[in-house]
Amino acid sequence: MKGKKKTIKVDYLARVEGEGALHIEVQDNKLQDVKLKIFEPPRFFEAFLRGRSYSEAPDITARICGICPVAYQMSAVHAMEQILEVKVEGSLRDLRRLLYCGEWIESHVLHIYMLHAPDFLGYQDAISMAKEYPEEVKRGLRLKKVGNEILKVLGGREIHPINVRVGGFYKVPTKRELEPLAEELKWARDAALQTVEWAAQLPIPDFQQNYEFVALRHKDEYPFNEGRLVSSQGLDIDIAHFNDHFVEQHVAYSNALHCIHKERGAYLVGPLARYSLNFATLPQEIQQVALQNNLQKTCCNPFQSIIVRGIEVLYACEEALRIISEYEPPQPMMDFKVQAGVGHGCTEAPRGICYHRYEIDDEGMIRDARIVPPTSQNQKMIEEDLRHFVAQYIDLPEKELTWRCEQAVRNYDPCISCATHFLKLHIKRS
Amino acid sequence: MAGTKKPKLAVWKFASCDGCQLTLLDCEDELLAITEAIEIAYFPEATRNVVEGPYDLSLVEGSITTEHDAQRIHEIRRNSKFLITIGACATTGGIQALRNLQNVDDFVRIVYAHPEYISTLETSTAISQHVKVDFELRGCPINKEQLLEVINAYLNKRKPNVSSHSVCMECKLRGTVCVMVTKKAPCLGPITHAGCKALCPAYNRGCFGCFGAKETPNVASISKWYAHLGVEQSEISRILNTFNAYPDCESKEEECER
Repeated sequence: MKGKKKTIKVDYLARVEGEGALHIEVQDNKLQDVKLKIFEPPRFFEAFLRGRSYSEAPDITARICGICPVAYQMSAVHAMEQILEVKVEGSLRDLRRLLYCGEWIESHVLHIYMLHAPDFLGYQDAISMAKEYPEEVKRGLRLKKVGNEILKVLGGREIHPINVRVGGFYKVPTKRELEPLAEELKWARDAALQTVEWAAQLPIPDFQQNYEFVALRHKDEYPFNEGRLVSSQGLDIDIAHFNDHFVEQHVAYSNALHCIHKERGAYLVGPLARYSLNFATLPQEIQQVALQNNLQKTCCNPFQSIIVRGIEVLYACEEALRIISEYEPPQPMMDFKVQAGVGHGCTEAPRGICYHRYEIDDEGMIRDARIVPPTSQNQKMIEEDLRHFVAQYIDLPEKELTWRCEQAVRNYDPCISCATHFLKLHIKRS
Repeated sequence: MAGTKKPKLAVWKFASCDGCQLTLLDCEDELLAITEAIEIAYFPEATRNVVEGPYDLSLVEGSITTEHDAQRIHEIRRNSKFLITIGACATTGGIQALRNLQNVDDFVRIVYAHPEYISTLETSTAISQHVKVDFELRGCPINKEQLLEVINAYLNKRKPNVSSHSVCMECKLRGTVCVMVTKKAPCLGPITHAGCKALCPAYNRGCFGCFGAKETPNVASISKWYAHLGVEQSEISRILNTFNAYPDCESKEEECER
């Protein structure tokens, strides 16, 4: 006799960036299959980067994602600077960190208040949540705007900033131009603290996973642009060795490649990984805030990512204030000579590491490009989370279980637009 | 206005980076007021809620790159009273239209790890090549003020006040010194549609064409000016073909000659 079959289907996942669907099959109360399907059409960035100039990579790759363009610009310039033997240091390096602070604030706050919190409180969206939580939603909007203001002043505009170039910036701000940001950032620091406290008292499902966390680690700062690639299973490598340890797979049901660890399979990148691997480099006051708000030094409950994002917003506000207070305008860019070579860049996008590898010729033209965005790395782990989550909560009514599964996907703040543009285009010539 | 039904807004996505629809959520000061005046009926990036069509105002982001999407845009058009494209992808095909320039005959085969899993068209095309579009907002990304202006104009039943002059004019309005004259930077400002308030020259770099070609761009003439500056032909071709492809100047070279 055939047992009872249940299918959880979400044809178009809402409140994520891009187009994805969810398909889960349950037979006789046992989980049969979990698929996160990505049907976002491919855009072939790696293919059309070939034959473009090294100097175009930051502006072109920014277009992979409207939510985290800075991550692509940063990974691209670092990879190119490795080839061209340029070292960006001092306040020029600080300005890059400041730009990243802006992106983390803008992207994390968007996710906390507009995409993720409504799940915990049972709303379809932040607009309907605003009717009963007006102060919180307004706080979120103003906080998000602070991040966007940093991007606007330093990058020219919020989405696809125009000021980043290989070797530095086109134009650096004056001290006076940065000062108004500091005023708003002081408010933002308090708002970020309130955000952490608010997130910590949300009804968070009881759920633990045994993750392999992967993130950058820098000896004396919470990572944005630089560091070694480390994991909770003992990985500790230079970013140039990324390809020795990780591999992308092409599966039938997804337009995004699944990136896995060659020996151990699925792994997790993003706020949980960064936080758990870099707790020691957070300022002590922020460590205290974390520990007072239901977090441990390691966080294995993906639903708590909303609190961890709050902690990272708080850190970004502090770091931005530090940079602005110590700022002295540098020369906008470092000199270099174009030369051929291979370079790697890996930086911490809000959603986790964004890895780029370029090969350029002696005229600076790109011969080969490879980009591994955070969401393609997390895809496999999202499916693993769903597998365990559904097994644990299989008795929930179907409608609620479906919503909870969507929430489990949204824990990752998946950026499907990013993940999809990396289907490799191999061109065979006769 | 009590009892008056709010018009229904839908936001649709095709091949894109999500940046243009994010612009709506980036209206931090105006967002709640917008939702007072218009009902967000379909906007998956922001809400799980789906209100059935027809929709009064549809904002369309992204270009058409798959057979499925080429069908879907017709359904959306039938279901929308007013349809506005937002951004370079929807308006001109966007950066992914770079594939259109590749001569497929040069490729014997295009092979993925598993090509059979993928369905994609050979071209990336603008929405207006498939359906009637009521208004186009340009930009990679669109400008926030222009988006608010278009929504405002729609709500007040008037024509949007969006300038169609060149970025070059915006530089003059802003008082920016010409980067092509003073820095010899190849700048697309003279042939590019306004909208960004001449951002790049204000940051010491030439315009790279986020807003695409203005009406009647003199591509041949600007190419010649670039050559005067010592820019090589291959670079000129790249400059003219990135986020928006500019019209080919070859065929009109003679009549453009000055």
